[in-house]
Amino acid sequence: MSFQVSKVNDVTVIEVEGQLIVGNRNELKKKVLEKIELGEQTFVIDFANTAYIDSSGLGVLVSLSKKIREHGGELRLSSLSEDLRTLFELTKLDTLFQIAEDKERALEGF
Amino acid sequence: MSESTGGDLVLEIPTDIHSISGAVDYVLSRCSSSEVSARKLNLNFRVGLTEALANAMMYGNDHDPSKSVVIEVVMGRDHVQATVRDQGSGFDPGSVPDPTLPENLTRSYGRGLFLMRELLDELWFNDCGNEVTLILRAESCSTFEGGASA
Repeated sequence: MSFQVSKVNDVTVIEVEGQLIVGNRNELKKKVLEKIELGEQTFVIDFANTAYIDSSGLGVLVSLSKKIREHGGELRLSSLSEDLRTLFELTKLDTLFQIAEDKERALEGF
Repeated sequence: MSESTGGDLVLEIPTDIHSISGAVDYVLSRCSSSEVSARKLNLNFRVGLTEALANAMMYGNDHDPSKSVVIEVVMGRDHVQATVRDQGSGFDPGSVPDPTLPENLTRSYGRGLFLMRELLDELWFNDCGNEVTLILRAESCSTFEGGASA
C-alpha cells in the first residue's frame, strides 16, 4: 500500500493505493494521527485506487473516525468500488461513515 | 513459505502478518481451473482466506514468529476449499459477538469471522477451534451469497 496526501482548502485528502490490510493498516493510522496532532480536523480518505480492505483495515477506519470526532473533526470516505461497498454494507459500516461517490463530492460542504 | 503435496495445495507459512497478502495471492492464482467465478474468488474467497490467516496468526499463534500456519487447499470443479490451522489452543467461535449490533458497531475489531460467515458457503471449525475450513461453491446465485453457519 502507498498513499498520496494532499490538502484541498482545509481538508486533508488521503488517496489509498493498493490494499488496506492487516499488514499495513498502521501506516495509514500513523499518518492520520500525525495530521491530527498538527491540528488538522477534516479528512477525506479516497479509495479509487484501492483493491481491497480487510477487517483490520475497516477497524482502523472506525478507530480513526472516532479519534477525529474526539478532536472536533470529521472523516468522509469516497470512491468505494462495488466490492468494497459490499464489505461496508455487510458490516453496516455504511451507516457509520459518510461515503461519497468520489472525492470531489466528498469535499463538498466541508 | 513452503509447499508440499497432500491436498491439491499445502502451504506452511510463518507467523508474519506481512506474508498474508502474498500467500492469498498465490493460493488464488492456483484456483483458476475451478468453475467458481473470478469475481467470487477475488472477493469472497480472498476475504475468507485473508481473515482466516489473520485470525490464525494474531489470535491463534499470538504473533509468535516461531509458530506457523498451515493452509490446505482443495480445488474441486464446482467449489474451492481451504483449511487453515494454527498452533494455538483454539477458541469458541460462538463467543464472538455480532459486530453489526449497534453496541458493537464502533469497535475497531471483531469483523473478520463475521465476514467469513457472510461471504462463504460453508465454514467449519474443529472441536478445539484452532482449525477452520472454508468452502465456496460455484453455484451460489450471487457474488455475495454465503451465509455459512458455524
